[in-house]
Amino acid sequence: MDEILRIVTQTLAELIAPTTAAYAIAAIGLNLHFGYTGLLNMGQAGFMLLGAYGFGIATIAGAPFFVALLVALVAGTLFALILGLPTLQLRGDYLAIVTISAAEIIRWVGRSTWLQEWTGGASGLQGRDFKESFHALSPLPDGRTAIGPLEYINTGSDSWWTRIFAWGLVALILLLVWLITRSPWGRVLKGIREDEDAVRALGKNVYSYKMQALVLGGAIGALGGVVYALPLAIAPDAMGRTMTFFAWTVLLLGGAATVFGPVLGAMVFFAAYMLMRTGMRSLTSNTGLGDVITTTNVEQIGGMLVGVTLMLLVIFRPQGILGNKKELAFNVR
Amino acid sequence: MSADETTTTVPGAAGPLTEDHRRVLRDLSDVERRPGAPKPDAILTMDDVQRRFGGMTAVDVDHLEVQEGTITALIGPNGAGKTTLFNLVTGFDTPNSGRWSFQGRPLAGKGAAAVAKAGMVRTFQLTKALSRLTVLQNMLLASPANPGENLFLSWLPFTWKKHEAEATEKAMEILARFKLDTKAGDFAGSLSGGQRKLLEMARALMTDPTMVMLDEPMAGVNPALVQSLLGHIQALRDEGMTVLFVEHDMHAVRHISDWVVVMAEGRLVAEGPPETVMKDQAVVDAYLGAHHDTDLGDDSLLDPAILARLEAEEENR
Repeated sequence: MDEILRIVTQTLAELIAPTTAAYAIAAIGLNLHFGYTGLLNMGQAGFMLLGAYGFGIATIAGAPFFVALLVALVAGTLFALILGLPTLQLRGDYLAIVTISAAEIIRWVGRSTWLQEWTGGASGLQGRDFKESFHALSPLPDGRTAIGPLEYINTGSDSWWTRIFAWGLVALILLLVWLITRSPWGRVLKGIREDEDAVRALGKNVYSYKMQALVLGGAIGALGGVVYALPLAIAPDAMGRTMTFFAWTVLLLGGAATVFGPVLGAMVFFAAYMLMRTGMRSLTSNTGLGDVITTTNVEQIGGMLVGVTLMLLVIFRPQGILGNKKELAFNVR
Repeated sequence: MSADETTTTVPGAAGPLTEDHRRVLRDLSDVERRPGAPKPDAILTMDDVQRRFGGMTAVDVDHLEVQEGTITALIGPNGAGKTTLFNLVTGFDTPNSGRWSFQGRPLAGKGAAAVAKAGMVRTFQLTKALSRLTVLQNMLLASPANPGENLFLSWLPFTWKKHEAEATEKAMEILARFKLDTKAGDFAGSLSGGQRKLLEMARALMTDPTMVMLDEPMAGVNPALVQSLLGHIQALRDEGMTVLFVEHDMHAVRHISDWVVVMAEGRLVAEGPPETVMKDQAVVDAYLGAHHDTDLGDDSLLDPAILARLEAEEENR
């Protein structure tokens, strides 16, 4: 019974975990790219890693919190511009290839000894080096607070303050995305998603709109990277292709081209992922299942099941939980 | 275009000649019947336009003028380069050489969006109605200079609500004229092929064009809708727009066009009013074949015996 309670608590905790918020933010950015504009960005982790680096390096260099946040946004923006300028005039698959390789380049440069002085090389940047300015902002008193079964310190890495900030940022970004996608600007993006020549024939500068979407979604991705790094450290190897595919799974699970899809997707995904892993771990150590699957294999099987889920989603429910199937079959530009 | 004009236009009826139309026909009556003939009021002028795909020259037009306020048909056999010429002029393709001007302003080298903004709007052979937007959204998308399409204003609805409301009103007027107003809230994907053609034309009108380029407007349209489509095209001219259209349906061409330009193998081979140009020997040879007077919609053509006879005659010609 205690075991079940522990599993349920851990699952619940994932619903509001800062990492869940970070993925929700990254998926909102991806939603602007893919859901609304039809851009195939296969390197959202690159934007996130750059954002995290921008924030971390700026903070270590002495920048105040909000300046460091701005640096992260600028890093994401520049990355989007560099990737978009040559590829957005080409067919959509070019962007996919360029983004996936560019994200890998960022990761490899980050973990190389070349820029070790700033990036910390393969071991990355330690949390204590860049979190002080963030913790100093916390209005919460010292101590711990328990809400229901969830108990965390008020201010710190894995704290209530991190959660409040992360989800506050999610709410802010959601509001922005809701406002801009219901506007005529959002309508142009949806037009481009379906047929850019038709939009071009109506006198709209398609290249400029695609660039705006790429930059905005990339900058949001960079913010996601900051939120991801806040409770942890900045480790390049934790922010690789797996992260991109998790962000895609989150987006497609929740429903592309919907406002709340990425947030719901992140919550459902991480809760289910946690439930699956803790559940399997518990089963392998307490039942006969342990003879078939050893505890050490649970992570790998979990990752595999995520891949299977992504495939099943794309095949059987491309519109996700919230999406409108009529509106969103796959449109790739 | 005022509301009155839009409601009094009866689609499908040829109607009496308007004053403007009479003047246009008078102007055209003095134009020489030869390829590249100069026109008194050319809205679109092309010179030495060439487009090669590898070793094949798809378009090689020395000179072409399109008279303002007319319906000009561009005809020719398959592969004559009509659609390629369309793509070049509207900025969807880049020529190997050539220049052209629209209303006196050079347009060569401009992108498709710039061409549309200059007032030359096109439709596509394979209709590009945005099927996952509603009919009304399709229309509103075409509205020019919408402040809400600027990212920095888009999140402030009060900056664009007024424009949006006016555009909606105009869109509903145009939709009503095309009998699509009851479909305004439906996804464009649920429309029939002919309705999509109508929507594409209606959407082009939302941009307040001075010249409308229609690429095979009748292709794939239910015969019942053809009459009404023809009426709409004539209405465009009667409102002062210039229409250039590519078409294979010779009845349609004869019925509505004021002037016909014939292309074959990338070159202009003839120009003239529809009644005379179709009798031009060069045109007959290049394109129509000896049986251009035979109604291709004639049921007797379904009879294999008659078809075989016609084919035999064609071969022995």
